[in-house]
Amino acid sequence: MEIDPFIFRLSIFILSIFVGYYVVWSVTPSLHTPLMSVTNAISSVIIVGAIIAALAGDNIKIFEVSNIYGFLAIVLAAVNIFGGFLVTQRMLAMYKKKKKDK
Amino acid sequence: MTANILAIFYLISGVLFILALRGLSSPETSRRGNLFGIVGMAIAVSVTILSVGNFSTGFLYLIVFLLIGGSIGAFIAFKIPMTAMPELVAGFHSLVGLAAVFVAISAFLNPEVFGLGTVGSIKIASLIEMSLGASIGAITFTGSIIAFLKLRGIMSGSPITFVGQHYLNLLLGLSLVGLIYYLCVTQDNNLFWTIITISFLVGILLIIPIGGADMPVVISMLNSYSGWAAAGIGFTLENSALIITGALVGSSGAILSYIMCKGMNRSFFNVILGGWGATEESLKSSSKEQKPVKSGNSDDAAFLMKNASSVIIVPGYGMAVAQAQHALREMVDALKKNGVKVTYAIHPVAGRMPGHMNVLLAEANVPYDEVFELEEINNDFANCDVAYVIGANDVTNPVAKSDPQSPIYGMPILDVEKSKSVLFVKRSLSPGYAGIDNDLFYRDNTLMLFADAKKMTEDIIKSL
Repeated sequence: MEIDPFIFRLSIFILSIFVGYYVVWSVTPSLHTPLMSVTNAISSVIIVGAIIAALAGDNIKIFEVSNIYGFLAIVLAAVNIFGGFLVTQRMLAMYKKKKKDK
Repeated sequence: MTANILAIFYLISGVLFILALRGLSSPETSRRGNLFGIVGMAIAVSVTILSVGNFSTGFLYLIVFLLIGGSIGAFIAFKIPMTAMPELVAGFHSLVGLAAVFVAISAFLNPEVFGLGTVGSIKIASLIEMSLGASIGAITFTGSIIAFLKLRGIMSGSPITFVGQHYLNLLLGLSLVGLIYYLCVTQDNNLFWTIITISFLVGILLIIPIGGADMPVVISMLNSYSGWAAAGIGFTLENSALIITGALVGSSGAILSYIMCKGMNRSFFNVILGGWGATEESLKSSSKEQKPVKSGNSDDAAFLMKNASSVIIVPGYGMAVAQAQHALREMVDALKKNGVKVTYAIHPVAGRMPGHMNVLLAEANVPYDEVFELEEINNDFANCDVAYVIGANDVTNPVAKSDPQSPIYGMPILDVEKSKSVLFVKRSLSPGYAGIDNDLFYRDNTLMLFADAKKMTEDIIKSL
């Protein structure tokens, strides 16, 4: 009897929830804001769907309705990817330890 | 590129995303973690482009759109003031939500490219997954827009409630389930559009009854939703990077919501149903009696703190509003020169999003090892000479421990009242967001400093 590939994806999903659970609990509370901005950035990996949607089909009909939705999604996700990672980087750069001098 | 190799690359990005979150366990490793995230994203995007293998006109447009979005994002990221982080994150969530909706629509209109069947006979499983993804995405989109408007102050932060609200939400929720069922049976376009429209409406209705003080929970919750939306689309596209990421983000947001609720001693449902709005009015009117208050000026405060051996700073949202974090740090520097030991105490729900105060203090160059969470520092108040409360209120209210009638009873608070003296910077005696009078104002060891947080802090620096 063969296993439906859906079950494999479901397994990945469930296990990832557990991984997420343990990883996020180990995040220090002082970094919860960067945590939110970085999770926001990585959830924009939805751009892979947008790219497939945008580039699908013949070149002549590149602006079919479904492609246009793809392109719009690319813009939205790109704002998020660049904005999310950069603002996280900017925040994390500010976290400094006490200077040991004096 | 074969589907198998592609899947391996997506798996690698998924693992890199896990490492990105793992890095946040300490500030030292966090920057490397963020780099892992960026690499993971770069891998996912490049292999997807390679797999489609369409390097003609469409590819050109792809690059153009990527650059447009990217430069908007980069511009925002560099320009945004740290006080506006909550709005920014809410705004970003709305974009993820809308992107999920668009991808789902595209997959519905053109299922062949995703290998989901043909128009009119899309696989049932895919149909369920894409309508769930679209629905959650749509809820995230409008919900985040409302949260954004409330945080930005464009919309009033007070809860909007009406009779039968919860029943309406329940009805809409049930109708979504029914519509998804009929969509699977009939594959009707109109049903798909109706699902999305109703979900937009649900997003609005879900967030309007939640008050401004509960925004930390709302943002975390929307964070979680955006993850589940991504996971739904991930199932549709059979893409493990998206599934892993969706699960990570979903559980991350859920945990943060839980932490925020615990910080307020409220159940998640209590927050979602917008319970606080009703009690607010009655309390405001009941506590009108005048009680004696000791108030002082910047010289008194400077004198007290200069002669103290240890001072604990308790910042709250008011500090962010007054932009007082830089002045605060100057004051602390001046105190340290006088040999005073200074630390910061942060309540879990201080600010408008999880960890908001920590970012603001970090921006003002406060070293993160001087900043402590509630559990770490609460016992130190008893041995501390001066507690300097700036812009915080409800999180210091001792009524949470003493009065079972109070709406905030049982909420963990910073034990500010145990310190030898309390300096409370506040513009007036008005109650905080929870609408509850703070008992601390009338204590013998409390000195009220009536002024704008930034101005008072600057004045104290002068007096030092």
